[in-house]
Amino acid sequence: MTENAKPKLAMYWASSCGGCEISILNIHEKILIVDEVFDIAFFPCIADFKTKDVKGYPDGYIDVCLFNGAIRNSENEEMAHLLRQKSKVLVAYGSCSYEGCIPALSNLTTKQATLDTVFLDNPTIDNPEGILPQPRYEVPEGELELPVFYNTVKSLDQVVDVDYYLPGCPPEPPQIWAVLEIVVAALLEGAPLPPKGAIVGARDVAVCEECPLEKHEKTINRFYRPYEIIPEPGLCLLEQGLVCVGPATRAGCGALCPQVGMSCRGCYGPLDDVEDQGAKMLSAIASVIGVGDPSMEEDELEREIQAVVDTIPDPAGTFYRFSMAHSLLRRANLNGGNGKGEAK
Amino acid sequence: MSEKVGVYICHCGTNIAKTVDVEEVALWAGEQDHVDVAREYKFMCSSLGQELIEEDIKEKGLTKIVVASCSPHMHEKTFRTACVRGGLNPFMFEMANIREHDSWTTDDREAATLKAKALTKAAIERVIHNQPLEPLPVEINPNTLVVGGGIAGISAALELAEAGNHVYLVEREPSIGGHMAQLDKTFPTLDCSACILTPKMVDVGQHPNITLLTYSEVEAVGGYLGNFDVTVRKKARYVDEEHCTGCGICIEKCPYKVVDNVFEAGLGARKVIYRPFPQAVPKYPVIDTENCVYFQRGKCKACQIFCPTDPNSIDFEQQDEILQIVVGNIILATGFDLFDVSQIPQYGYGRLANVFTSLEFERMVNASGPTDGKIVLRDLETPPESVVIIHCVGSRDENYHKYCSKVCCMYSLKFAHLIHERLPEAEVYNCYIDMRTPGKGYEEFYNRLLEEGTHFIRGKVAEVSDVARIEEEEGKLIVQVADTLISKQRRIPVDMVILSPAMEARNDSQEVSQLFRMGCDFDGFFVERHPKLDPVATMTEGIYIAGACQGPKDVPDTVSQGAAAAARVASFISRGTVMMEPIRASINQELCSGCRICNTMCPYNAIVFHEDSNVSEVITALCQGCGTCVAACPSGIITGAHFTNDQLLAQIEGILWDVRSNLDLVPVE
Ligand SMILES: Cc1cc2nc3c(=O)[nH]c(=O)nc-3n(C[C@H](O)[C@H](O)[C@H](O)COP(=O)(O)OP(=O)(O)OC[C@H]3O[C@@H](n4cnc5c(N)ncnc54)[C@H](O)[C@@H]3O)c2cc1C
Ligand code: SF4
Ligand code: SF4
Ligand code: SF4
Repeated sequence: MTENAKPKLAMYWASSCGGCEISILNIHEKILIVDEVFDIAFFPCIADFKTKDVKGYPDGYIDVCLFNGAIRNSENEEMAHLLRQKSKVLVAYGSCSYEGCIPALSNLTTKQATLDTVFLDNPTIDNPEGILPQPRYEVPEGELELPVFYNTVKSLDQVVDVDYYLPGCPPEPPQIWAVLEIVVAALLEGAPLPPKGAIVGARDVAVCEECPLEKHEKTINRFYRPYEIIPEPGLCLLEQGLVCVGPATRAGCGALCPQVGMSCRGCYGPLDDVEDQGAKMLSAIASVIGVGDPSMEEDELEREIQAVVDTIPDPAGTFYRFSMAHSLLRRANLNGGNGKGEAK
Repeated sequence: MSEKVGVYICHCGTNIAKTVDVEEVALWAGEQDHVDVAREYKFMCSSLGQELIEEDIKEKGLTKIVVASCSPHMHEKTFRTACVRGGLNPFMFEMANIREHDSWTTDDREAATLKAKALTKAAIERVIHNQPLEPLPVEINPNTLVVGGGIAGISAALELAEAGNHVYLVEREPSIGGHMAQLDKTFPTLDCSACILTPKMVDVGQHPNITLLTYSEVEAVGGYLGNFDVTVRKKARYVDEEHCTGCGICIEKCPYKVVDNVFEAGLGARKVIYRPFPQAVPKYPVIDTENCVYFQRGKCKACQIFCPTDPNSIDFEQQDEILQIVVGNIILATGFDLFDVSQIPQYGYGRLANVFTSLEFERMVNASGPTDGKIVLRDLETPPESVVIIHCVGSRDENYHKYCSKVCCMYSLKFAHLIHERLPEAEVYNCYIDMRTPGKGYEEFYNRLLEEGTHFIRGKVAEVSDVARIEEEEGKLIVQVADTLISKQRRIPVDMVILSPAMEARNDSQEVSQLFRMGCDFDGFFVERHPKLDPVATMTEGIYIAGACQGPKDVPDTVSQGAAAAARVASFISRGTVMMEPIRASINQELCSGCRICNTMCPYNAIVFHEDSNVSEVITALCQGCGTCVAACPSGIITGAHFTNDQLLAQIEGILWDVRSNLDLVPVE
């Protein structure tokens, strides 16, 4: 350790929205304790550090690195490797870094299609020459370099070894604080750390456990988008036809969303025994669709069920909103291997 | 993991070895991780094959066994037992089906060998994750429910009752007997149907071990093998069974008659208070409230006035009774319906008076039927001079039922014989597609008819009409048929046409199968557990099927099935307890969020929700291990024993062993 004996804390953003940094600040006055306990070694959002500073640290210099954001381009990946090398404990902080989150929804399409949408086809874009970002560009002053934009978004643990996962989009302040307390106790008093690979700052039951809304047996005969109904207060939203991913999502958030009438989006990710959150929720939803009756002909029944399913406009985006990179699917097949053509 | 897996590849004689290179598969299997021994053998299911497994377990200390052979339906039990003899838990075994799923599906040796490897690899990967499980003991309630009192149900009930077991026989109609009670003679021996049936009906009615519940229906079924809770609705007869002597004076005195569409197939009439037929069991009449003048208009009461018993046995206030019974096993014997011939309008039924159905004809030739056994036209007077009997009406026909109804050829021959017997001058034609007479004495019966002078025309009848083209056809029914043996279209003018309709599943078979939580096939017949080796069991433990509800069949086959189902049940009863497969679901009570997604899932109602602790639970004894809830639980905390995530994912990895390396993985960039 250096002259200063305080443990070193880093926080970095890869492909993310910045909400995770805000969530840290959201622990309010406790941030002062963080400041008291830790030395900030790298935290581009709030303090002026350069990558070269980090490169200059000895390996393992940083005690805890909270890494948020997905791996979307070559810079994200380089930073992941660098911070892994320089950190004793690397935490995948927040949904993007844990399982890909919103950026990973672009795995349903191609890099080309994403660039086209952003730089060419968007009605608010004025780009008559069709200029797209280039990794290298010659200017009179020399060569400019941009990170390479990848086809596939990955979670942090798909590029480097990760010690802990702290889920949430973003993680909730009480949970962040609880995790920091454990880390502090470990660093200062030698208390035991959770086993490597643990999901920290969350529970091992589903959101419904924390959700106070009243639950009944479920049979759903159509789904609603949030603007389409005003849910009856006090009653489970899923039962009312709002696609609530709470039953397939790890608790820890305190079920904040359903309590204010907004169904759970699933940001805390799947539970321990679930391989694929999207598929699991889809299978749960499919199980409670309650239309038709046994006397119906099969095709008639199929039509009725299809009509219900059609009331969910964006199933991939709904069920895999946070977990695409980490799911069994990971991305759309670009090779057209299923005979149904290429990804759009 | 220090597992030692033994892998055995079966030749199944040439069934597998003909298309799969079993030596190659065995050699390859021997090189897979965790595999300690890999062998191939001619017949793994033989005692020598099983001994191989036993000895290897004992000598080499194998911990897991894989046999790649036929379907688990055939021999899973055999090999599990071999594992047990070797000293392993039976669930430390996994079977790969390289016969039905592989060698029988192709002649391509290379492809079949590759697939055999994939299936074997899947079993190896899975078996490593298999966990020991202990069977669940279940006590068997010695009472049995038989549903349906046709000859199938009667046979089953008597068989069980004779062996000293109590039986509840539930019949929907006012009397037992089913279709057989409507028949006149039975082929091929021509014994009088009633003469052989009624003694059995009487036995049922009087048997101390049989509780006969006629005019009753099962409304709900809960529970499981050994302990079914059954709710039966006993409909009000408006006749007090305790005091009624069955004298029949009420029937005689009732001033109103209606057409009897059930027992007399619409050909005869019955009173409004009635017994379906004189030998009905039980003997108590029933009031048909829809037609009863007292029930409709509040006047009459003739039956009550004339009833000689004291107290009076007519009870207009009688209510339906709901009975709760507990039984260990259930036999379904709900029989068949006759195909509705008006669906084939070109045969003219309903439009052309002298077109009859087979059942109408059975009633007509029956000595106690509406014409006292006389064969006459619809005017109930004129005997026909010529008759055509049309086979396969609605059977073996793409548009209706593809299957053969099995009994129609034989009863059509029976009809021809009865016409020759009663109207020796009449010309009789049988129009058939193929003559199907397999069965003891059946072909002989056909030969007899050939000698009796029946005209046999091989061809499907196109149409029955009353539009005459020539003088001889005037006033006749003209049967247009392509006689395929002489390659000629023929028009046969006759007085009477008898249609032999298909036997089809009961129109409510779907609902009944759901009530009893077992399956129906595409045609609506109940599905047996195995078409050859387990024809009277169903996929639901404790539920058996017998008779025509399983598929078209004649009386001898029906009786055999009734007895077979009874024997299956009796063996359970005498065992007292049975060990059931421990493949059940369980909910981790610590981790259940109480979301209640699973609550409506279980087809066996095995899931309960505890309001107090806010968690769901699977009642192990009710669970049949179907896995529905396991798939539904969004928390992934319902575990299907022997079908865990680990096991299934390992199996998938295994089956894709050679695919992963070929995968054109999308480049990162
Ligand atoms: C015209 C004709 C002639 C035939 N001639 C011969 C012949 O000569 N020889 C021969 O061997 N076979 C003959 N057969 C075949 C014979 O009728 C059947 O093999 C036999 O009747 C089948 O008996 P079963 O008990 O399975 O069904 P069924 O006789 O149909 O009896 C089923 C019983 O179950 C009752 N039931 C139905 N559903 C329920 C319910 N949900 N709850 C309670 N009760 C219910 C019904 O009321 C009925 O009493 C003939 C068939 C027909 C149509
Ligand atoms: S609203 Fe959502 S989180 Fe709440 S109980 Fe219903 S499904 Fe669960
Ligand atoms: S596996 Fe689940 S759904 Fe199936 S029988 Fe058992 S409890 Fe019911
Ligand atoms: S679906 Fe799963 S989490 Fe929900 S109530 Fe059932 S067992 Fe509990």
